[in-house]
Amino acid sequence: MTAVILATFEKPTTKDFVWSCWGPSLRIAGQAFCYNFIFFLLTLSFVALFAFFFFTLRKPKVIPGKGQMIAEFGVGFVKEQIVIQMIGPAGMGFFAFLASLFFWILFGNIFEIVPFVDASMNARIAFPLILASISWIVYNTVGIKTHGFFGYLKHVMLPPGVPLVLRPLMALIDFVSVIVFRPITLTVRLFANMVAGHFLLAVFFLGTIALFETGNFLIIFGVFSGAMSVVFLAFEIFVSVLQAFIFAVLTASYIAEAMATEH
Amino acid sequence: MVAATHLGAAVLAALSDDGIKAIGKGLVYGLAAIGPGIGLGILIGKSVEAMARQPEYAGQVRATMFIGIGLIEALALFGFVLYFIT
Repeated sequence: MTAVILATFEKPTTKDFVWSCWGPSLRIAGQAFCYNFIFFLLTLSFVALFAFFFFTLRKPKVIPGKGQMIAEFGVGFVKEQIVIQMIGPAGMGFFAFLASLFFWILFGNIFEIVPFVDASMNARIAFPLILASISWIVYNTVGIKTHGFFGYLKHVMLPPGVPLVLRPLMALIDFVSVIVFRPITLTVRLFANMVAGHFLLAVFFLGTIALFETGNFLIIFGVFSGAMSVVFLAFEIFVSVLQAFIFAVLTASYIAEAMATEH
Repeated sequence: MVAATHLGAAVLAALSDDGIKAIGKGLVYGLAAIGPGIGLGILIGKSVEAMARQPEYAGQVRATMFIGIGLIEALALFGFVLYFIT
């Protein structure tokens, strides 16, 4: 019985995320670049993002139509919940950056659940890595600009109100946490959420098919598995939006912390 | 107690290298889910309590709760992804 299931059910592995080139590949400095499925997802996300904002906010009317209302809701959400909430009115200079980050990750993640495009571009670690590196550069630059280079190091490593005995340990922990650990967790959080979502969707959907193909009493479990896969699809939509929101909110929080001057 | 260590040593000696690796792979997510499970329980319980005490701030509490959920869930997901990577 179990042998029949295992015959048709392919366990999802990390090999699912390796796609071959669609066309000729270009060798630059020893690395091969080519257009494959991930690049196609990138193009798709970019085109979707551009088309969404182009067709809704190109000619804004005083009485908004449906598309304009949705786009304005999204932009207002970023402004109220991310910029004003985390940084305050002084952070409006970062509004364009944070809105771009939020909408780019949103459109990147949402393709995970679109029917024939079952992967997100954030399922390869390169894309979250670049986004986290950009956030790292931005919040460190803000900190260095506000406090000066050594002032920023002092701001990071020696928070006020720490007793003298604990200062060296606190300095080390804070330095590693702010400079080294934050971009890593930003990257891995987005990456792991997308990869885990893909694997779980694959397990539930493929499992439903495999259980239905056995043709005996296991079809009951196939029904449960099918219901669970629908529930999981809804959860994936939620996780896609939430991960975009969390990336933007954490970047805003790090910028706010770098900008903070104690008074 | 002595019998338990003897039993453990016997089990470890009998298992092959692949057997121990399989046990390790299985334990990764199981152990990784304990901490975030407790943490999420505490977080969401406290947010429900806060929303019940001050209903006018329910929106802000809910937004902060989602941020907390995203941060904690990441730790459980590292464990889940490690099973597939190793």
